[in-house]
Amino acid sequence: MSSKNRLRRTMMFLSTQRAGSIRDAYIYAPDSIIFDLEDAVAVSEKDSARVALYHVLKYVDYKGIERLVRINGADTPFWKEDIRASVAAGCDGIRIPKCETPYDVEIVEEQVVKAEKEFERPIGSTLLQVAIETPLGVRNAYELSMASKRIFGISIGAGDFMRSMHARRRDDGAELYAARAQLVLAARAAGVQCYDTVHIKVKDYEGLERDTQLIYDMGFDGKSVIHPSQIPIIHKVFTPTEQEIEKAQKIISKLSNEAKEGVGVFMVGDDMIDVAMLEGAKRIMALAEAAGAYKGE
Amino acid sequence: MKNKVGREIPDEFLKDGKQVFQGAFAFDKNVYHKVASKTVGVSDPNHSKVLPDLKAAIMACGLKDGMTVSFHHHFRDGDYVVCMVMQAIAELGIKDIMVCATSLGTAHDALVPLMESGVITGISSSGLRGKVGKAISDGKLKNVAYIRSHGGRAAAIASGAVHIDVAFLGAPTSDDYGNARGQGGISDCGVLSYGEVDARYADRVVIVTDTLVPFPNVPASISCSDVDYVVVVDKIGDSEKIANHTMRMTENPRELILAENAALIMKYTPYFKDGFSFQTGGGGPSLAVTRFLRPMLEEAGIKIGFTVGGCTKPMIDLLKEGFIGAIMDSQDFDFASVESVHKTPGHFEITTSEYADPFNKGAYVNRLDYVMLGALDIDVDFNVNVITGVDGVVRGAPGGHVDAAAGSKCTVVMAPLVRKGRLSSVRDRVLTVTTPGETVDIFVTEVGYAVNPGRQDLIESLKNCPLKRYTIEGLRDEAYALAGKPEDTKFEDKVVALVEYRDGTIIDVVRKPAKYVLE
Amino acid sequence: MQLNHAAVGGTEDSGDVLVEVTPGQGTLELEINSKVLSQYGSSIKKTVLETLTRLNVTDAKVIVKDKGAVDQTIRARLVTAIFRAADMKENLPWGDL
Repeated sequence: MSSKNRLRRTMMFLSTQRAGSIRDAYIYAPDSIIFDLEDAVAVSEKDSARVALYHVLKYVDYKGIERLVRINGADTPFWKEDIRASVAAGCDGIRIPKCETPYDVEIVEEQVVKAEKEFERPIGSTLLQVAIETPLGVRNAYELSMASKRIFGISIGAGDFMRSMHARRRDDGAELYAARAQLVLAARAAGVQCYDTVHIKVKDYEGLERDTQLIYDMGFDGKSVIHPSQIPIIHKVFTPTEQEIEKAQKIISKLSNEAKEGVGVFMVGDDMIDVAMLEGAKRIMALAEAAGAYKGE
Repeated sequence: MKNKVGREIPDEFLKDGKQVFQGAFAFDKNVYHKVASKTVGVSDPNHSKVLPDLKAAIMACGLKDGMTVSFHHHFRDGDYVVCMVMQAIAELGIKDIMVCATSLGTAHDALVPLMESGVITGISSSGLRGKVGKAISDGKLKNVAYIRSHGGRAAAIASGAVHIDVAFLGAPTSDDYGNARGQGGISDCGVLSYGEVDARYADRVVIVTDTLVPFPNVPASISCSDVDYVVVVDKIGDSEKIANHTMRMTENPRELILAENAALIMKYTPYFKDGFSFQTGGGGPSLAVTRFLRPMLEEAGIKIGFTVGGCTKPMIDLLKEGFIGAIMDSQDFDFASVESVHKTPGHFEITTSEYADPFNKGAYVNRLDYVMLGALDIDVDFNVNVITGVDGVVRGAPGGHVDAAAGSKCTVVMAPLVRKGRLSSVRDRVLTVTTPGETVDIFVTEVGYAVNPGRQDLIESLKNCPLKRYTIEGLRDEAYALAGKPEDTKFEDKVVALVEYRDGTIIDVVRKPAKYVLE
Repeated sequence: MQLNHAAVGGTEDSGDVLVEVTPGQGTLELEINSKVLSQYGSSIKKTVLETLTRLNVTDAKVIVKDKGAVDQTIRARLVTAIFRAADMKENLPWGDL
């Protein structure tokens, strides 16, 4: 799998200021870690957080977990230096907050290219993630997804979003219907991943599981996380059932066998299967393997 | 002389029958004579045992310079008895006393001045925490201290290696004849397991209580026929610190991962079947393991046959819900356990001797399938240290660790790979060997586990376990990669404590830490 | 590198280190306090000296109050303090750290 398509069921936010935690946060086993230079850091400590970020990216082995950086917005004096530090240290990708129009992505990409040249990083090695937090951003989700080849996914951040929608919280998540639906549509049309918002009430594990089940069924690729205890719950939801795994295995093996025979359409159980199903079956197997439900070849 | 775990034991301590550690089971089938106490028999029915205060009891027992007194630690950090008695002894001008405690901790900081003034010149204990531990490391005790496990202490007393002149046993309730129980008073501790061996073997036994109840106070943990005197004091301890209201069930995600890993390890070992037996400690992570047990038991459709050792509420809950057959209790940590023993069907008190003595005809630890233990650190030979901090200061306690590790079929030691303050839990060589590696089977951390190479059978059964298996050297390398390789702690020559293995042999010595000088 | 005034980096949280850097009197002066001094004293000193050399700081007083920070954290906190003392906020030499 290319790194744009890697599994991102959970993306855990981490403040680089927490010295005791960042040195081995890999033990919590999220799929990605987002080092936060934005909301988690006070203005007076932005410089300190950046230096801490640089050192943790450069000197700590995260055992294959993807390392992303949420930089500050372009409306602050910090974002350019954030990009320089992140790229110099070799981060895997940058999360751009408050994206509303493709311009917000373009200016970041420009600085990223500059930094990749300055610090002799392979051009194109820094991916981008678009974070959408406003109604305008949601409306432009497709354009934003297409704004750069480096974009691997888009996310919805509910925080201020709900207030700007004049919506109220509901158990069934209705206040986010509009945003979630638009997001997953845009992501699929553009061929990128999409991720759901953080669950702020950390101890509300039932609510977390409920919301995660909803977005999993809607087709989301993952969810942002603010506390390690949320990770096992989200991974559990994103684990295919035994039947799904069995069916996927059959589809994959039959497709390769039947293809040799020159057959394009066949039955697996009650379902009609053709090659269009292959990608879905592979996705199931990837989720299964990540969950430890299947050891792989 | 070098012993079986490669530790050098100075010859000056190898006298009067003291030997070096020769292996965990070197003294299996050892034949010895149990000593008997010098007993003042009472047949006069008008004799009263109740004395007005501790000083009266000390004098009535004929305590003199150079004698040995003993105490238990069922009152944990809330204990008042040890300090009250030692203070009274000091005020009577008696000195050169050996204190044979089951454990000493922060409740006993007031003993340090008595060590400095020579009232206390010898100590035998499992735990030496707080200021007492520091004072011993500083060399303030005249004679070398003895660190013994719970089972080892019982064996030392029964064999006469330690002779107790007067035992002062705190009891939440006692009648006027000395029947003592751990329940029914204002500072309940549940059981009096630790004190039973003292009551049987000490020449004189004094019960110290704050709640006198009508005779007979039965079923008694300590029988009146083993008791010389009873003294009633205002309070034997701080009830808030004797038993926790509720044991703090950790919510720390790191500790939970560790506990879940330990539980998962159990699942993939051969002993995880219906009726297995199990012991946890009172520490955070090993306690948290019980939280993960229930779903595993439900999923496998099996029950725990019995648990042994320290008791906490999660165990009581599992007992009441039918997941545990019996709890064999030797210490209670929280209110729920204190209340439950003798009352909840299946919850029984056993003595420390029954629990862990290696010299009796077979103790409960020998019947354990699993024990989950914490550690300060472990080395590449799987030797465990639970006594000295990395600065070389005495601050821990072997407790029943050593005994359970020897008896259990599967000994699991669990610790975070590197503690928050840059303390690696696995190193080339532990400062103090408490539990020999031959009795330690598996070491578990948040990142993975290592199996003692002597247990190929466990390596085989764990091959389907989803956790990452390392060699112990591999875990050490991980720890050093994270925290850096630590310097060796430097010590002076002076030996401040001897660490006895449960069979009375010397497994290691503790020396006085040298002052660190940064070059 | 020219230091203009005293500056501080880090915190006294467990696993972190508080580093205070002050313009010097002509030499390097080092004061190290640590909870794990007997285990990592030499290592901390080496890390501090290496970092000072790397950033070309030859004239400073550095006070370290360590609560068990690992190597890269010590470096990060010292670097933060140095840049703050030098009033350098942007265009930092990331590739050289």
